[in-house]
Amino acid sequence: MATIPADELRIIERFGPHRSAVDAVRQSTSAEPERLVKTHCCFCGQQCGVQLKVRGNEVIGFEPWEEFPFNRGMLCPKGVKRYLQGAHPDRLLTALQRDPSSAHGFSPLAYGDAIARAAAGIGRIQQAYGPASIALLSGASLTTEKTYLMGKFARVCLRTPYIDYNGRLCMVSAGAANKKAFGIDRTTSPWSDMIGTGVIWVAGSNVAECSPITTNYLWQAREQGAKIIVQDPRITPVARTCDLYLPVRPGRDAALFAGVLHLLIERGWIDREFIEAHTVGFDEVAEYCRQWTPARTAAVTGVPERSLQQASELWGTAASSFMLHARGIEHHSNGVQNALGAINLVLATGRIGTPRSGYGTITGQANGQGGREHGQKCDQLPGWRDIANPEHRRHIAGIWGIDEADLPGAGVDAYELFRKIDAGEIKALLSICFNPKVSLPDSGLVSRALEKLEFYVAIDFFLNETARHADLVLPGSLQEEDEGTVTQVEGRVIRINKAIDPPGEARQDWRIVQDLAAALGRPHGFTFTGPRDIFDELRRASKGGVADYSGITYEKVETRMGVFWPCYSEDPRTGRPLDHGGTPRLFERGSYNPIARGQGPFYFPDGKARFNLAEHRPAVDDAGEEYPLFLTTGRVVSQFLSGTQTRRIDPLVRQYPEPRMEMHPRLAAKLGIADGDWAEAETRRGMIALRAMVVTTIRPDTIFIPYHWPGEKSVNRLTVAAQDPISRIPQYKVCGCRVRKAAGPPAYAAILEPQQ
Amino acid sequence: MPKPEQLHFFVDASRCIGCQACVQACTECDTHRGDSMIHLEFVDRASSAQTVPVICMHCEQPTCAEVCPADAIKRTGDGVVQSARKPRCIACGNCVLACPFGVPEVYERRQIMMKCDMCYDRASVGKTPMCAAVCPSQALFFGTHEQIEQLRPRSSPINRFQFGRQTITTRVFTMVPAARAALQPWVDVAAAMDETPRPRLIPLSPVGAADPFAGVEV
Repeated sequence: MATIPADELRIIERFGPHRSAVDAVRQSTSAEPERLVKTHCCFCGQQCGVQLKVRGNEVIGFEPWEEFPFNRGMLCPKGVKRYLQGAHPDRLLTALQRDPSSAHGFSPLAYGDAIARAAAGIGRIQQAYGPASIALLSGASLTTEKTYLMGKFARVCLRTPYIDYNGRLCMVSAGAANKKAFGIDRTTSPWSDMIGTGVIWVAGSNVAECSPITTNYLWQAREQGAKIIVQDPRITPVARTCDLYLPVRPGRDAALFAGVLHLLIERGWIDREFIEAHTVGFDEVAEYCRQWTPARTAAVTGVPERSLQQASELWGTAASSFMLHARGIEHHSNGVQNALGAINLVLATGRIGTPRSGYGTITGQANGQGGREHGQKCDQLPGWRDIANPEHRRHIAGIWGIDEADLPGAGVDAYELFRKIDAGEIKALLSICFNPKVSLPDSGLVSRALEKLEFYVAIDFFLNETARHADLVLPGSLQEEDEGTVTQVEGRVIRINKAIDPPGEARQDWRIVQDLAAALGRPHGFTFTGPRDIFDELRRASKGGVADYSGITYEKVETRMGVFWPCYSEDPRTGRPLDHGGTPRLFERGSYNPIARGQGPFYFPDGKARFNLAEHRPAVDDAGEEYPLFLTTGRVVSQFLSGTQTRRIDPLVRQYPEPRMEMHPRLAAKLGIADGDWAEAETRRGMIALRAMVVTTIRPDTIFIPYHWPGEKSVNRLTVAAQDPISRIPQYKVCGCRVRKAAGPPAYAAILEPQQ
Repeated sequence: MPKPEQLHFFVDASRCIGCQACVQACTECDTHRGDSMIHLEFVDRASSAQTVPVICMHCEQPTCAEVCPADAIKRTGDGVVQSARKPRCIACGNCVLACPFGVPEVYERRQIMMKCDMCYDRASVGKTPMCAAVCPSQALFFGTHEQIEQLRPRSSPINRFQFGRQTITTRVFTMVPAARAALQPWVDVAAAMDETPRPRLIPLSPVGAADPFAGVEV
């Protein structure tokens, strides 16, 4: 049964989201911390180093960690206030069971009983419908150890092919493009390489709000002479002072890149020598770009011809360059093509793998990089191995001590899982670190599918909106309650250190998973003594894969303040043991990697990078006659993803309490809407009523709504579930919509607090 | 390690991204927990994402102290103008009205004027004030003159502000484009207040239009 057991307002009353109370210890100005724990922020992919102030079993504040090289003490408001997620009134201190007879829909349950019931429920479903009747949804905010364990748990203990993760909504377009172009999926360079570069192209990345610490790298590069190009439908804070702003119409990024490459070729601003020596596939791409004349590119993308010319000149004549992109170009049904278009501009100029030239995709989640490497993706095994590759399967089956034939094949992406639940093929769900009711597009389908589940177990530290459907909720751990590693935006593996113990009956997530395996009677492979033990197996499992972690140890990570993968335990040339320092910069000329074996710097057998056709394809449900405006979505700096944590932190809620509908004054005037008025946006899937925010910093044919809120405030009730055919990323960044002035405030305005 | 007296505060609003990390960090201070001494505001959100962080400029001759009828505002030997002294402050708000930079505020609940003291507990021992430590754009920077010269070749630190006939010199520096600072090594605040907004110095669009969306039809 997975219908919501009580009126949602009653569930909210008991389980929140409420805003953090500043309790006695934190209010007290004389409570000194007993110790400082060096660790990292729990939120975005920058993974800023921070020291947590700990007193007793409580985190009471923070102190900047100025020695950590990436952020040198800098933090965004989320990093400053993250400690307030601890000792929170909404924290789950016991397991919960669905209980319609209880006033608030759930009643507490002893942890051991909850594990036994979860195992019995899973066993019952699998016995009745087969092993593939259960799906797992995992997340990229988990440590790499946990993501590895989840992938193994699905395949070895539950024997289901159906596991996927919320990086499906985040990193998969970039990941797929990187694999196709370079044979390896990682940012090429440490961010410090940006200082001294000639030009930085920021494509679809609201750096200031989504990866604030990267701002200082941009500004510092500019101080040293870098020109900055920003491609975005909104004049974001980094676009405000950039050298060239490309006001691209949503969903036209591949066309823009093709148009610029056309000009680069025409003007001879390409590196023929590099293309000849280090790449394949250029001619086909060049042929495709011929049709993207400045006039046509301008007509399609909305970027004036002169801006295209200037972009080509800035990029084409620079001595060194950095290309950065993020979800703005990746969240499209054409997301992989868009990312490949950006990569083609990099390869055409040959500016990669040198100290001041690089390429990077800015990761979104805490472990957006590590979480996409070690097997929680539906088609992947640890070390970025392929679940369909017999050799890869044999290696991993050997590490896991199982027969290769027992290892399931590829599953399906996270959205397709919900389609399968909706179709009745999948009957049970286990979720961790994923709140799909808020984060998936066209979320009406998600709600409907959840209601059809016969059995649903959620692991979380707060009762998130999706977990309200659960039969059982197992109380998991906050990031500061466990240790492990994550891999941040640059590809640097770093240490998360434990500051406090989980409170009450809450357990570290890896213990919960192992307890489930034991209760299911299949503990083989799930008797790890801790994250370090899991990491040691992960090292062996990843060995020989592209994402090779075999030479990384906790000690090495700590002494070196991070280690960039690949990091080998044995010299890939000779097979002799090696104390490898990691690989801060990929693709250096003359570098050796185990795929190319000296043939070249890229991770293909011939050592060459691939140009890929990066075609423009119109967006699904594009703006048109009936729905004339573009709807685009994104983040605000004070909130994070589906808000399970940040909507519970009072100062962050106050900073930007509720979603607003950003629109240009010319559009607002046409619709008779003034700043602060209630407005309604409607797409083919749903309607939302929000207050308007009238600003000149957005294209007049586009509205923007941030996505961190649930229920009637959730823009994902409007977004379209169209997905990229290769990466399966949803098209969050564009769909057709129409807007009108609302007759009055919506009903929720009088009932719900801003964060609810 | 530079000595505390060699360390200065430099503000560069052109770098600010409005994230409020400074404001949120300021509220963590033990002496004013929950209240921020930094003001961070949009200049005109309807037309720009420009924000400006305002900390106390720590004037050499602080107007706030000069107008205080209770003599509650003191300047330390190392040039930091402190919040009002609790036994003396009568929360009259004279300083609030007089400060040319709009910094002090009277906190009704606490019945006292409080303002930024440059994290005296930190800065006086060579530690970075909290706002500058966390600022992700380094619009707020704390360091030596040598560091700022090396890190910011395009701009120059200025600490003279002209308000009509009154010249104010401050301990905190503001960063001004180098070419402009060479012509006029002070900021004429009163004149700037009379200026009508000019088109941005860096055009977002090479077409020359002030509005990069001029060609977009609604």
